Amino acid sequence: MCKIVIPASVRPIDCDVHLAVPNTRALLPYLDDYWREHIIRRGIDGDNLELSAYPPNAPLNCRPDWRPQQGLPGSQFEQLRDHVLEPFQPRFVICNVLHGSQIMFSEDLSAALCRAINNWIAAEWLDRDPRLRASIVVPAHSPELAVAEIERRADDRRFVQVLMLAMTEMPLGRRQHWPIYQAAEHLDLPIGIHAGSSFRHPPSALGWSSYYLEDYVSQAPGFSGVLNSLVTEGVFNKFPRLKVVLIESGVSWLPAHFWRINKTWRGVRSETPWVDRVPSEIIREHVRLTVQPFDDPPDKALVQTILDEIGSDEMLLFSTDYPHWHFEGTDAIPPGLPSDVLTKILADNALATYARLN
Amino acid sequence: MTRHIVATVDEIAPGTCKIVTVKGREIGVFHINNEFFALINRCPHQGAQLCRGALLSRLESPGPGEYSLTRQGEMLRCPWHCWEFDVRTGQSWCDPDSVHARTFAVEVEPGEKLAKGPFEAETVPVSVEQNYVVITV
Repeated sequence: MCKIVIPASVRPIDCDVHLAVPNTRALLPYLDDYWREHIIRRGIDGDNLELSAYPPNAPLNCRPDWRPQQGLPGSQFEQLRDHVLEPFQPRFVICNVLHGSQIMFSEDLSAALCRAINNWIAAEWLDRDPRLRASIVVPAHSPELAVAEIERRADDRRFVQVLMLAMTEMPLGRRQHWPIYQAAEHLDLPIGIHAGSSFRHPPSALGWSSYYLEDYVSQAPGFSGVLNSLVTEGVFNKFPRLKVVLIESGVSWLPAHFWRINKTWRGVRSETPWVDRVPSEIIREHVRLTVQPFDDPPDKALVQTILDEIGSDEMLLFSTDYPHWHFEGTDAIPPGLPSDVLTKILADNALATYARLN
Repeated sequence: MTRHIVATVDEIAPGTCKIVTVKGREIGVFHINNEFFALINRCPHQGAQLCRGALLSRLESPGPGEYSLTRQGEMLRCPWHCWEFDVRTGQSWCDPDSVHARTFAVEVEPGEKLAKGPFEAETVPVSVEQNYVVITV
């Protein structure tokens, strides 16, 4: 099979790289006095507060040759430099932190930890390399505090996106979340929706799964539900400049989703009359997807068919999903993507999506 | 194209439809808000008897949670899959440029004018005292 390499003339924009908070102690300098003592008093500074969606020892969650001898994958700048910045020579890298801070029951603790993580990102990463950009981590279940954090961080234009999880307590289109979208639209911040769940509700429509395999595979239908919710609740009517980036969602399920939502909309559109055009058009205009993992078909010629069915060459964004294990060496470009589309995927589409990269 | 007398005006109550067969085609003749409209009784989607569907208002929305009804009773909803059609134009709501039901010209004429004939496929006897619905097929 012919491998596609990144053309030397293109400096790609990597729209999904994961940083790991090495441990909760690393956040103590970035917390205010009260929350620092709160965490020490409760003795939770020794707990890494990881999201159970991404157990650190699961093989998928770190490519073997990227796994450090000590500490969490993606927790040190030198790893990112050696594994991403040097080999791929990206123009920009958008760093996404997935952390339990995003889903704490206590909204105040959640917000305090999100503030600390954003401060940590700025000081320990963004200040280290001018190519690094980041998503703002927010307590999405507490829109008021999430908006406060977005507004607090927005002056720093190295923060280019607001990060949310796909499967949380409330479908993402619901009006409870709208203050977050309003702030994001106003401040030129796309909403990045990453695979993940808060795990205090069944992570799939079928209830609780028994195995990691079920849980991981359930993410794609989870994203399908996210699109349903955003479209039918009218988020894109209310916030017409809002962009949403589905991160680590996979891609090839999208044409089937288009078919089903378009077809059904014709008969039941009267329930949501603000959905005033065919839903796939709305999704094409507002939604982007990162390309790792790319659930490509065995016959690479069919990738063109998938792109034709998606009906847009502007929706896909390059990503390595570092340090997750989706490819070997530097083969980060999924096979079968035609070269004319590739240039757009590598950089142009990201520049059109993230106003703050320009 | 031929003109056909298909009903007396009184025969089709406001908000209802009479289905007639002209040149082998079933056509629904509607009386809506003092106007008459005629559409083919066959949904362009999958062939259901379109004119047996409900007449509804045109429903639009300026934004989420806002509902606006206009043109009361002028949208015909197919009984099978609920696609909506504009009785004035036959255009579907969901895909007006490419999915539409055929419409026919309708006029209301006094019997004294029509009695002169000749007409084809009349479904009602004509007397000079009444007004009649005439469609062109």
